[in-house]
Amino acid sequence: MSRRSSNNEKNDRTAVRGFGLAWSWAVARARPWMFVGPALVLITFFLIYPTLMTIVRSFFGRGTTLIGPSVEYVGLTNWKFVFTSNTMLTALRNNAIWTVLFTTCTVGFGLMLAVLLDRVKYEKIAKSLIFIPAAISMVGASIIWKFVYAFRPIQISQIGVLNAVVVALGGEPVGWLIKRPWVNNICLIAVGVWIWTGFCMVILSAAYKNIPRQLLEAARIDGANEWHVFRRVILPVLFPTIAVVATTMVVQVLKVFDIVFVMTNGNYGTEVIANRMYKEMFNYFNYGRASAIAVVLLLLITPFMILNIKRFTKQEGGR
Amino acid sequence: MRKTLVLLLVIALVGLVAAAQATKVVNVMHGWPGEQAPAFEMIVDAFEAANPDIDVVVEIVGRDRPAILATRLAAGNPPDLTPHPWIGLMRQWADAGEIVDLMGLVDTSDINPALVPIGEHDGGLYGLFIFPNVKSLIWYNPKNFTARDYQIPNTWYELLALSEQMVADGGAPFSIGIDSGAASGWPGTDWIEDIMLRTAGAAVYDKWVNHEIPWTDPRVKLAFETFGSLFSKGYVLGGPIGALTTNFGDAADPLFTEPPTAYMHHQATFIQGFFNDHFEGLVAGEDYDIFPLPTITPAATPDGSIPLLVSGDVVTVFNNRPEVIAFAQFLTTETAANIWSSELGELSAYVDADPDDFADPITRKAQAMLLNATVSRFDGSDLMPGEIGAGAFWSGVLDYISGISLDTVLQTIEAAAVDAYSD
Repeated sequence: MSRRSSNNEKNDRTAVRGFGLAWSWAVARARPWMFVGPALVLITFFLIYPTLMTIVRSFFGRGTTLIGPSVEYVGLTNWKFVFTSNTMLTALRNNAIWTVLFTTCTVGFGLMLAVLLDRVKYEKIAKSLIFIPAAISMVGASIIWKFVYAFRPIQISQIGVLNAVVVALGGEPVGWLIKRPWVNNICLIAVGVWIWTGFCMVILSAAYKNIPRQLLEAARIDGANEWHVFRRVILPVLFPTIAVVATTMVVQVLKVFDIVFVMTNGNYGTEVIANRMYKEMFNYFNYGRASAIAVVLLLLITPFMILNIKRFTKQEGGR
Repeated sequence: MRKTLVLLLVIALVGLVAAAQATKVVNVMHGWPGEQAPAFEMIVDAFEAANPDIDVVVEIVGRDRPAILATRLAAGNPPDLTPHPWIGLMRQWADAGEIVDLMGLVDTSDINPALVPIGEHDGGLYGLFIFPNVKSLIWYNPKNFTARDYQIPNTWYELLALSEQMVADGGAPFSIGIDSGAASGWPGTDWIEDIMLRTAGAAVYDKWVNHEIPWTDPRVKLAFETFGSLFSKGYVLGGPIGALTTNFGDAADPLFTEPPTAYMHHQATFIQGFFNDHFEGLVAGEDYDIFPLPTITPAATPDGSIPLLVSGDVVTVFNNRPEVIAFAQFLTTETAANIWSSELGELSAYVDADPDDFADPITRKAQAMLLNATVSRFDGSDLMPGEIGAGAFWSGVLDYISGISLDTVLQTIEAAAVDAYSD
């Protein structure tokens, strides 16, 4: 009896061992998926699925439903609108202007302030002041600047700072947000620069302070003047950081919406891609067009995102 | 201890019973964050007093309401009922089967019969037009007019002559404010609609609104040009930029400054709420008064009467439940109409509303205009598809005033209209 039972036990044990092996093999195979799984599920539901549906929806007509009897297939009609209509051409042009001016100014001013403020006693106060706008909401900042640009007929006293100065100097008040194509667009971009320069400055300043002082000293001893030190030493060392900050700014600016929505709503030739998308979707209920515009925005942003991620992993890998 | 327990149980039981009784809820969404909100609340209170088993829950959405309604509709939880001015949108909802056909469900015999057809579409009744506004009004300050001995003009040409006189006297005839945030442009569309009714007539107006004539039609062009001539003749305070950058709510203020910086202002009845907010102690009829925008082309208005542009809110019902219908029905009653007009000085849609019952002289005049008009039309931009009425037409007016050539502007609107009306 006892032997049999022990035999049985042995068999059981072998079976358990076999099962255990298979189990641990399965566990080993499954473990990465268990770690990645939740993220994968989330990404599928909140990123991949919506992206695919948006692409599909861009080939269907107006209406607020995703797919159904009330939306009809329209082929490339929405895409034709995106690349040929006057409004969208203006929007694409303006996004290009925004990208160039906004990125150059935020990164340029940020770098300048980071390097110059390092040499003054009141650095902390100055940097804090410049950084404050970053803490204001985009809509709040836009409303503040709408007041700065406010126009009143010359018969009435001005309430906008800018026109008050103009009138005090004997000029006629200017319709800052009306005058196209440059004045109003630059006035809008200035608001974005005001908000984001502080952010660029803080990051570039941190990178600048990480440069070993000996490096700069060595260059100076070798007879380099300050411009040379900046051009030949600081700039190359800071370049990876500048690239990351610049791509971040490009991503920010491509999806610019709040400032334009609040200040001009895209009128007077100030339309941008994201604002047009909002209008098509929420004002005109043309989900087809809105989807097509969304895909364009996505395609424009993707290369910069990839660039940013590559830079990021490279930096992380170096640690 | 036991006593407390029993007491708590009793309280809980009573609470449950009360909750079970008040389960009938009507969810209402409206877009009146200002002084209309308490007046609407009074109507709700009156309804709840008469129907203690129904609880009306009011939600106020002051901004971007079409967008919010669209998302709520897509998500399947729209409000039960909402007053709104978007007739074009209402028709789209009706076509998509998202709103209730009230024909036969709500008795409209209490509503001014001239206003009922505005809520009709394809043989159904999808909106109860019970919050009317009269748009074709010129506001002026009688004290300023008497001081300069200006007379109320009876024709467009008298209006132009008066404007000429005002300019000669060193004043600005009109204060126009077209800025309205994301909705900028609508005050300009009102001008053009009013002019269209007076230069082309109501029949052409209807064709224009339904896109049976193109935007490039000479009659549409004439309406734009007539409006534009106010700017080119220098009749507008601050010129084009002044009009474009002034918010509609502030645009009447120059009539009340000392000395006045402008003499006349074109706006609907609702605007008196704004200048009463901005200036204390204004008396209706003494400090401000109205006259209708006079006729322009005699051939367009053959009976000689002044055409009336009206707007306002219609009540649309999303969910067909007895308590929702009961509330919609209540909104059409004399009780509700009286609260609305006596609290706010707003016009009444009640069928037997007598202008002489109104204490406020402005309301009295406007109510008489509403009752007596032989030709009245609803605000055209609210009847057009959103792309046009709340899009291309708005931005077109802004473009035109800011100096873009009229042909370009009209071609742009026409291109958008061909798309928008295609289905």
